[in-house]
Amino acid sequence: MLDKAHIGLSLPAHTVEVEKGRLRFFAKAIGETRAIYLDESAAQAAGYRSLPVPPTFLFSLDLEQAEPFAWFGTVGLSLPRILHGEQSFVYHAPACAGDVLSFHSQIADIYDKKNGLLEFVVKQTRVSDQHGRHIADLRSVIVQRNS
Amino acid sequence: MTATEIHIGLQLPALELPPITRTTLALFAGASGDHNPIHIDIDFARKAGMADVFAHGMLVMAYLGRLLSNWLPQPRLRAFNARFAGITHLGHRIRCGGTVTEILERDGERLARIELQAVNQYGESKILGDALVAI
Repeated sequence: MLDKAHIGLSLPAHTVEVEKGRLRFFAKAIGETRAIYLDESAAQAAGYRSLPVPPTFLFSLDLEQAEPFAWFGTVGLSLPRILHGEQSFVYHAPACAGDVLSFHSQIADIYDKKNGLLEFVVKQTRVSDQHGRHIADLRSVIVQRNS
Repeated sequence: MTATEIHIGLQLPALELPPITRTTLALFAGASGDHNPIHIDIDFARKAGMADVFAHGMLVMAYLGRLLSNWLPQPRLRAFNARFAGITHLGHRIRCGGTVTEILERDGERLARIELQAVNQYGESKILGDALVAI
């Protein structure tokens, strides 16, 4: 069983610069072909400062650390047994290429269902930019299967 | 799309994706930064009790993100929620759809709630979710 004492645990914060090349690669990987996601001048013509960060890419930016899954081990999650159960984003301000975003995460909850057959870990992440502006909040639910 | 044109029951233009291939997963692993081997390494997947590699849930959520940003400019997106309801396997063709189910006001802003669904070619749900957009 996962140790509920980890509820409230803060994970190491990290900071990442949003790169245009990565945004173009992500666009390619998801089949996005519209110019505002690929061409900075088209994005600027549409009113963006640079290429916009697509809706789910903040999740990817949170993985831009040396050991993005290290926290799984900290709370007792095992990579072969986990699934992504839920993901939420609340957006406060748009982010664009060139922004430097900081990610502060915390274990918000740990619970189980079916007499411990399924265990759940909820991670909350606050994203802010280089000006201290609140950009978004992310919430991930990771499910571990104990069979 | 103006506020007067957005009403309960309105359906967003659907987004149909090509079948998921190993290349799709390799590209998405690299581009998304999610290198969990269960999505790209069949040996690891088999040891974990799976028949084969399978898609990242976040790939399907990214497709739903395209559905939303095709329909309205992305800065109007206020919230985006997904529950991963089933595993997306190789060969699955994902179809993303959305329906306006509620018009509401929050913090002085008029919002539409869109119920979202990503299904495969067999009609099996892969994501059930919703989004709030400013209208």
